[in-house]
This record gives sequence, C-alpha cells and structure tokens, in this order.
Amino acid sequence: MADFNTRPESLNVEQIMDQIRTRIREKKGVDYEEQQIQELAKAKLDQLLDPRSVQTDLLDRLKKLQPSFEAPQLPSFEFEDTTLFDSTRGLLRTIRRLLNPLLKLFFNPNPLIGALHTQAKLNAMYADRETKRDAMRLAGDQLHYQILHNLLLEMTRATLEVKSLRMRVESIGSRLEFNERRTRGLESSAFAMGSERGSDRHSERAPDRHSDRPPPRMPPPVQAPPQPVGSVAPSPGPSPTMPQSSGQPADGAASRSRRRRRRRGRRGGGQPGPGAPAPSQATGAPQETDAPHGTGAASDAPPAKDDLENFGGAASHPSEAELPSSAPDDGDDDPQ
Amino acid sequence: MKIAVVVQRYGESINGGAELHARYIAEHLARHAEVEVLTTCATDYVTWRNEVAVGEEQVKGVRVRRFRVAQERDPLLFGRRSDHVFKQLHSLSDELDWMEAQGPNSPDLIQHLRRHAEDFDYCLFFSYRYYQAYHGARAAGSRAILVPTAERDSTIGLALFPPLFRGVRALMYNSPEERAMIQAVSGNHDVPGVVVGIGSEVPQNTQPQRFRQKHNIRGPFAVYVGRIDQNKGCTELFEFFQSYVSDPASKLSLVLIGNTLLPIPAHPRIRHLGFLDDTDKFDAMAAADLLVMPSYFESLSMVALEAWALGRPVLANGKCDVLKGQCIRSNAGLYYETYSEFAETLRSIEHNRWLNSVLGRNGRHFYRDQYDWPVIERKYLDMFERLKKEPPRRLEPLPGWFQRRRQSLPPAEAVLERLPVGPAIDAPRDTRRRA
Repeated sequence: MADFNTRPESLNVEQIMDQIRTRIREKKGVDYEEQQIQELAKAKLDQLLDPRSVQTDLLDRLKKLQPSFEAPQLPSFEFEDTTLFDSTRGLLRTIRRLLNPLLKLFFNPNPLIGALHTQAKLNAMYADRETKRDAMRLAGDQLHYQILHNLLLEMTRATLEVKSLRMRVESIGSRLEFNERRTRGLESSAFAMGSERGSDRHSERAPDRHSDRPPPRMPPPVQAPPQPVGSVAPSPGPSPTMPQSSGQPADGAASRSRRRRRRRGRRGGGQPGPGAPAPSQATGAPQETDAPHGTGAASDAPPAKDDLENFGGAASHPSEAELPSSAPDDGDDDPQ
Repeated sequence: MKIAVVVQRYGESINGGAELHARYIAEHLARHAEVEVLTTCATDYVTWRNEVAVGEEQVKGVRVRRFRVAQERDPLLFGRRSDHVFKQLHSLSDELDWMEAQGPNSPDLIQHLRRHAEDFDYCLFFSYRYYQAYHGARAAGSRAILVPTAERDSTIGLALFPPLFRGVRALMYNSPEERAMIQAVSGNHDVPGVVVGIGSEVPQNTQPQRFRQKHNIRGPFAVYVGRIDQNKGCTELFEFFQSYVSDPASKLSLVLIGNTLLPIPAHPRIRHLGFLDDTDKFDAMAAADLLVMPSYFESLSMVALEAWALGRPVLANGKCDVLKGQCIRSNAGLYYETYSEFAETLRSIEHNRWLNSVLGRNGRHFYRDQYDWPVIERKYLDMFERLKKEPPRRLEPLPGWFQRRRQSLPPAEAVLERLPVGPAIDAPRDTRRRA
C-alpha cells in the first residue's frame, strides 16, 4: 500500500501531493493535456512526413490555401422577343418597332429569338448548378481537412497510449519474471527440506530395525502427474522428491549434524535467499519435524513441484535439474 | 456594547451559508453584547417573497427585527442585467440597476438603519453582494463592519463594490484567499481586517454506530454533505467515484447527505440519504472515513471544518482556491484536480490508515486552534476594541449623474480574470496572476 516518506510530526500535505503526483506519473507515464497532445501531433508530423512540404499547422494552412467561397457575378442571360429591338433611346426604340413589319418581310427573326431565349435559360441553369457544386465541394473539403486533422490527433493520442501500455506490459512482465524466480526459489527450498527430512527419517529409523517393534506403515507414494509437453524429462535415478527408504547405510554423525543445522535454521540462524519466506511457510510442512512417522514434508512436496512447474514453466528453466542441490541448506550438507 | 447584525434572511430553518454564519455569530456575540438582527421577511433567496411577518421576534434568545421586501425578484430581468454587467461594457448605473434586480429590496430596512444607526456601536453586514449590505453600509456610515463572504465569481468584478470594501470600518474575512481577492480588487490594504471564519456546533458525543444501524450502512465510506448540485461539483464527483470503485481493491462507498437537484447514479456503492438533521449528519461524519468536497467555489466550507472538528480528513477539489488553501494550511486534507489525482488521493486515504488518522488529528487541531468558538468570539471582540482606537472612515460618495451613466466599465468577468489565483499560503503566492 502507498506509504509516505513523512513522519507524523512532519506531515506536509503539499509534500504528500507531490509524492502522489510522482506516483501517478510513474504509473501512467506523462499525463498529457489536450494542448500538449496538439503540440505532439505537430511534432509527429514533422518527424513522420517531409517537413519541407507539410506544415505542422496543417488545418490552418489547408484552410488558408482554400479561398473562402464567393458566388461568382454572372452576366444576365435574359433574352426576350423584344431584346433584339431594344434600345436605351426611346425614339430609336419607336422607329424600330414601326419598321419591324418591314424587317419581317425580308426574314423571320422568331426562330433566332426562340433559340437565343432557350440558350439563355440553359446558361442560367448551368451557372446555378455550378455555383451550388462549388459550394458543396468547398464544404466537403473543409470537412475532410477537419477529419484529417482529427485523425492525426487521435493517431498521436493512440501512439502515446500504446507507448504507455507497452511500458506497463514490460513492467508486468518483469514482475512476472521475478515472481517465477521467487516461486522456483521457494520450491527448491521445499524440495531440499523434504529430501533432507526424508534422509533424516531414514537415519532415525535405522536403529529401529534392530528393535522388536514392526516398522511403521508408510503412505503409498504420490502419483506424479504427467509432464507437460515440451518439459524436460525427469532425470533417471531416484527422485529427488522422494526420500530413499533403503539401500544406504545410516550415517549417524552426518544426520546429527544436519539435524543440528536444521534446528539452527529454525531458530533463525539460517540465511534464506532473497524473498524467500521462513522454511515452514515455504514448504507448507508441519512444524513438528520430529514426529515419529512424519509423512507430511516428503509426501506433500511432489504435487507442489508439479503444480508450480505446470504453472510457471519452471521445468524448462536451466536450474530445474539441480533443484535439490540449489537449496540454501545443501551447501552445508557436505560433511567437512 | 450594542451590535446590529444585518443579513438578507434569518431564521432557524434557513441553512444558507451566509445566513447560518450570521445566525451563529449573532448568537455567540449575544453572550458579550446586546445584539439585534435586522433582516427581511423573505425566506426564499430566489424570489425574496415576504413569508414571515413584519416586526420583532426572538430567535434563540436574539432579538430579530424584520422588514418588508418591497419588490420580489424577477428572474428574467435579473438574468438579463447580470449578462449585461458581467459580459459587456457597461455603466455604474447599469450595476445599480443590477443590484435593484437582485434584491432583496427593502427600503424600510435601509431607512431604519439611517435613523437608528447611532443606537449601535457597530453594524455587522453579511454578504457584500446583496442590497441590504450595499445600501445598509452606506446608511450606517462609520459603524459598518462587513463580513463579505465573497466567492470567486463574477460579482466581485463589479465596480460597485471596491468603494464599499475601502469605505467600511473593518472586514471580517472567511479565509486568506478571500482577503487576497478583495484586496486585489479594491486595494483596501489599509482597512482593518482579520481572517475569522466561523465555528460550528459540533456535538461531543457523536455515535457513528447509531448512524450505521439506522441507515444500514456497512464498510468504509466517504460522505458528501450539502446540496447535490452541478454547481457544487457533484456531477464530476459521481463520474470520478464510479470510475474509482471499478477497481476491485476499493471497498469504499459514497454516502450523500442533502437535497438533490441532480439525478443520483444508480450504483450499489452510492447511497443518497436525503436531508438529515444535525444529529444524523454529525453521526454520519463521525462514521465516515473521509469527507469529500467537490465544490469549485467556496468562501469557507463549514462542512469541511465540521469534518475536521470530528477528526476526519477531507478530500477537496483543488480547483477551489479556498479549499486547497485550507487543506494546505491545516495539513488535514488532500486535494485533486484530475481523475488520476482523485483516484490516487482517495486510495491513499482509504488504504493508508496512518495517513487517515494523522490527517484527521491535524484537522482536529486546526479546528481547535482556528475555528473553535472562543477563538472566533475573541477575534470579533478584539476587532471591536481595536476599532475604538482608530479614526472613523467614510464611504466614497456615488459619482454624479453623468458619471454614473458613462459606458466605461469593463465586464465583470474580465475583471475577475485578472484577480490573483491559487491558495494564499504565503506572500509570493498572493501576487501570482493568471497567465
């Protein structure tokens, strides 16, 4: 849980807030403001694209490049039947009207007037359509510029987020690796304790054979689950997790020495590895190690090992074959 | 000694901040002097409708004299005039019209003060923004002492008020931030002033278990006490809290106490209990792990002081200068400005029992040293003694007819923008200005 490096008598809220902000920065990376994202978006443009051709103020520049839309001043396309004979001077207009029947004796102007009238209508229609099309294209361009700009912003934001997530994944990965190592350390210490206890029991039971009492009943050996695909095959020979029950002469002095060392370890004299808890916690074995028919430590260890291997992939670790010998107490087991 | 307390509304059932402040001060000063409260017949601060009879009455041993409000507030007119003076270039006459529209217009009260001000040694005016304080201080002359209860809003930028701040006999501030703001807007550094604030009637025998049983509340919880309103930052609080409790490590619930103007989110970890009486309220605060104050604008948060009096830490909105300043000065609360800060500060208070208890203990000490009633009463009495030795001051007269109508005053919002920001922890911070 979060703790503050301040003592009660010197608690300072501003200092605590500084620590909290530092922690937030460490957790999430930098907390970007909208303005900073905008600046970063511009910087990205410079980095990703050719800065000579693309401006960082993209949206403003694009908008500036496109002039604002103004409807063009179109000429008057109107053409009526009187247009041909029209004039600003009233007298001339009257004379033309008077001479109009005479003109119609030479040729018929009506088809000409009709054709020009139709053409004028078409001109007006096309001009109107073109104006509307220009306005729509301009609005569409503006929208595209805005979308492009927003996409750039979002892309920058997403890039930052990906970066932050990548950092988090790395952090979690390193934490996982640490936990795996810790698990293997705990497991090897459990094996060591179990095998040691088994050999101790064997040496303790050795004199019993000379007594008249029948030997104690041993529990059936635990069936080890199948190895996962790809895991290292178990080494031949006696399993490190199962104590050797026979075939070795009892070494009374060595076992006494081991017992002494184990007792010293229980009293706190031992030096467990970093992150390793106390042996009794690590092995899950009962506290009463001097129990006459102790079946706990030796028989409980293998399933725990298998579970951890299956979970953490510990079987593929190079140190897996040497698990028992890597236990902290093993170095001391060598009789000097 | 005879003291007049002039306030816009008064009564046991009126729980507005400034009004409650005025009532507490009147009741406590009544132990040392003869106190008379001059107020209106209104109980609703939106309409100023006359709802209580004109005349005299006793409220918890204090004589109260009520005057009629001549005109109810027209909200549309008030809104229009507010927009004009807050956002546009305007004249002093426009501001006087705004004051008329705001109310509560009680010419009878002002007339009474003009006639009887000499009967009092001092007149305490609460809430600088209201009609009775502005015109009443002018009527009372050199006997006027102002308790401004100013918040950081546009009203402080109006040109009506700097002469008032410079002309009253003394000012009783609620917080150093309020003092810094008023001094910046009016330049009244030579006017006697002291940061007083207000105490509270915090019971000694709160029973947290009773509250938990009564309302069936289990587990740790944060409490919010007050009007549940967007202006109080509750919308943001709901949003932040719902995100926070999505973290499975959090066991905290949010208990809301007060009338609501907002829809409460339907979330199993948010409980709304409505308006509770003081006993339940204090039991709730004693049972809570912390008090949350999401408000953006406060001149002095009485609820925060009450939480500190009960030894509970406060998580405040850091965008409110006063709350942030209180947290820093007391070392009894944390503050947030973003969701990340909200989550991290809340997580720290929730999970770090040491931090929680030290903040609470600091809060208790802060309340005892600064806001306990003997301290508050002593500050008032010392100020009265001090003023006896100082020469009287006069309020600047209003400018002439033409001057009042010159459209030369900047929008109040523009004035507000130029005022110092941030908590007033030390002198250099006071001079910080908005970029």
